[in-house]
Amino acid sequence: MAQTTFEEISAADFFYRNRDIAGFTNPSRAIFVAIRELIENALDAAESAKIPPSIYVRLSFEGEASAETQIYKLMVADNGTGIDPRHIPSAFGQILYGSKYKLKQQRGTFGLGGKMALLYGQITTHQPATITSGTGLAKIYMYKLMIDIQKNRPLIIDRKVQINKDQWRGTVVEFSLEGDYLRAMPKILDYFKQTAMVNPYANLTFVDPKGRLYRFTRITKEMPQPPKETLPHPYGVDVELLQRLIQVTPYHNMREFLRNHFHRVGEITAQKFLEFASIGPSKNPKKLSHEEIVRLMHNLKKFKDFLPPDASCLSPLGEELLKVGIQKELNPEFMAVHQRKPATYSGHPFIIEVGVAYGGEIPKTGNFIIYRFANRIPLLYDEASDVSVRVISAMNWRRYKVTPEMPIAILVHICSTKVPYKTVGKEFIADRPEVRKEIANGLREVARQIQHFMSRQEHVDRERKRLGVFSKYLPKIAQFSTSLAGKEKQPDIEKLLTSVKKYGAEEA
Amino acid sequence: MESLGNLGTKIYDQLDNGQFPSIYMPSRSTENIMYDKQLRQFILGERSVRRSVRNIRHVKPFTQLTWAAFFSNELTTQRKTSTLRDVYYSAQAYEMTFQDQQESNNIITDLETILGVSREDFNIFPEERSAVFGDLTIEYTVPGYEGKRLNLDSHPDGVLIGPALTSSEFVKTTADKVIAIEKGGLFTRFIEESVHKKYNALLVLTAGQAPRATRHFIRRLNQELSIPVYIFTDGDPWGMHIAMVIISGSANAAHLRELNTPDAKWSGVWATDIVNYKLPTDPLDEVDMKRLTELQRDPRYVDPLWRREIKTFMKIKRKAEQEAFSRYGLTYIVDEYLPAKLEETK
Repeated sequence: MAQTTFEEISAADFFYRNRDIAGFTNPSRAIFVAIRELIENALDAAESAKIPPSIYVRLSFEGEASAETQIYKLMVADNGTGIDPRHIPSAFGQILYGSKYKLKQQRGTFGLGGKMALLYGQITTHQPATITSGTGLAKIYMYKLMIDIQKNRPLIIDRKVQINKDQWRGTVVEFSLEGDYLRAMPKILDYFKQTAMVNPYANLTFVDPKGRLYRFTRITKEMPQPPKETLPHPYGVDVELLQRLIQVTPYHNMREFLRNHFHRVGEITAQKFLEFASIGPSKNPKKLSHEEIVRLMHNLKKFKDFLPPDASCLSPLGEELLKVGIQKELNPEFMAVHQRKPATYSGHPFIIEVGVAYGGEIPKTGNFIIYRFANRIPLLYDEASDVSVRVISAMNWRRYKVTPEMPIAILVHICSTKVPYKTVGKEFIADRPEVRKEIANGLREVARQIQHFMSRQEHVDRERKRLGVFSKYLPKIAQFSTSLAGKEKQPDIEKLLTSVKKYGAEEA
Repeated sequence: MESLGNLGTKIYDQLDNGQFPSIYMPSRSTENIMYDKQLRQFILGERSVRRSVRNIRHVKPFTQLTWAAFFSNELTTQRKTSTLRDVYYSAQAYEMTFQDQQESNNIITDLETILGVSREDFNIFPEERSAVFGDLTIEYTVPGYEGKRLNLDSHPDGVLIGPALTSSEFVKTTADKVIAIEKGGLFTRFIEESVHKKYNALLVLTAGQAPRATRHFIRRLNQELSIPVYIFTDGDPWGMHIAMVIISGSANAAHLRELNTPDAKWSGVWATDIVNYKLPTDPLDEVDMKRLTELQRDPRYVDPLWRREIKTFMKIKRKAEQEAFSRYGLTYIVDEYLPAKLEETK
């Protein structure tokens, strides 16, 4: 490990000094990020126990902080697994401590967001956070915590134990923070709506500081298959990860080391790779020099015979749930969804899901409405920089009979064990060629489907207009010619009108 | 009118038989317009087009046409007259909107083509601006004036060539020629100088390009009274063409007959007059020159006189108005030029 000769700072201290990188840039953004991080933790907590999530969020006004910012109390309650009381202080009071260091698709990546929210609340209001959790067992534990920023340790202010007579399970987090709700409100409501779209099996309830109730009701109990944990794939490792594995490995030769710590490496593959890299199979990994480790990493990336990572560690939403979600939030006249086969970038598996919807509750804005999701999290900021937006604007939509003037919504969902975010703020997806290609292919597929719909629509429109012309003018021709011919009775044009209809049907 | 009724019956019967009504009419496309040397006018060729309601693009124009026929029928049976502008607005009363005046004009022209008569015959008239003056007694046939007579010298400003006059009967005249004049100023001068008496003439003001009613009226004067027609215009390509249209008709009216007066004479102002009479002139501009080249290619301009004048215009590159004779005194044109030219073009 690199030795630092400088003043060592704790992880909490580091994030305290650099809270911008986690998204807490200003009071309006901060309140949005805090709500978002806690909801994501809550959803993960319920889903990992295969329970359809029910999440209750309440933001209440506490007082004025300055001319522009107010103090709010944020409360987020979930029906998840609950947390073992022994872990509660660390889980909420210690940065970079958590359950998210294994490789599987989860919403949070660093186990950081929730704690950053609490840390932000603490430094803006100096109030402790209250965590209450029950696991369905006999007792409910309530902790009042603060974070010792310099030591990165939880400070327990108070602790209470209650009898859990209803076998309640879940976690309630409550803390105060400074923010600007009025400015953040549109984004927060967007966030709820879009979260509901890709989590149609979740109940979301939000009570805002004005007492307004927003409710997003689940319409299915079907949930996507939860992801399985996997080992890191050789293509995705770096020197740091190799060094950590070497430190903890119980194995004393390279063959066993490779077989047991890497995804898609078995006896034979390990053997072949070691020959390829000219490393003795019985060499003790702990004896590798720094240079050898670097070379090992390069060789792992160069070796062509590793199978691509399998996608069991991913949990895409699936076409059915995607449809249900879009239906529920947009109620469109037409929609098409498509799930791509798993693909990989730099050893990380990922799956792209896309959807396109037309009409219904989708407004006409003069532009496509783009919904971006990563691991079922809506991405709301920095739209222009996102790879999906670039792919969408590069596509020739006119070819698919679609124009930005139409009420069109496009949805792109990427799920991966490592979403290629461009920033820690988790706002937009980097432009990786593999990812770009998958998004483009997915969009082309749904675009073809909407093209069919549009053609059909055009045809129906044309027929309707055609029939309209005949039913408007034929009676007039009848009327005028009757008078011209000096007749009394008008000719019967019903037959002709009927034949026009039939004629139209034949054409279709 | 008989033919309007026939058209209605044809459409009615097709509808009544459960057929999409359709009609044939001569095509008015440029390829189907040709010059008939015998008739000395433009006529339509053999090609015809079919308008059928089965074709969605024809439905609206067909309805408009049926309406126009219906409307004209109402006009003629009620003995009322109307104008193209009127037609355009009247359509709106029947929820038969025309996109613009042009569209409704086209439909009226279609109706003319189908029936082979001009719109004046079904009582749709242009805005009148031309006039006639001189010793001709006419008898009105329009409602309320039937049998009433008028001598066309009774009003010193002339009498408008309108629906009432065009439908009147010619009773008697002492005139032995018609002089058609392009411009109002000269028309008034001629009346003031008693040209009608001095030269025994009926004076017709065309007011620029002669309206179709006026062309038809001149033809009637020529044919029914058997008197020659002399035309005086400005000395430029446009004036020349005003005379030509009176004589040989226009391509736009190729579907109609009896609008032209083949034996009428263009008496001036010629390009050679500009030279011979040393008239004050203006230069011919680019548009004038372009017009001259067009006229050179026009099948109506075959007569040696016309070809000579076009060439002279192109050579001298000058033009002169009728008023240019005023440099020799106000009455010079009447006393000197007019008799000379009448003699020359006799």
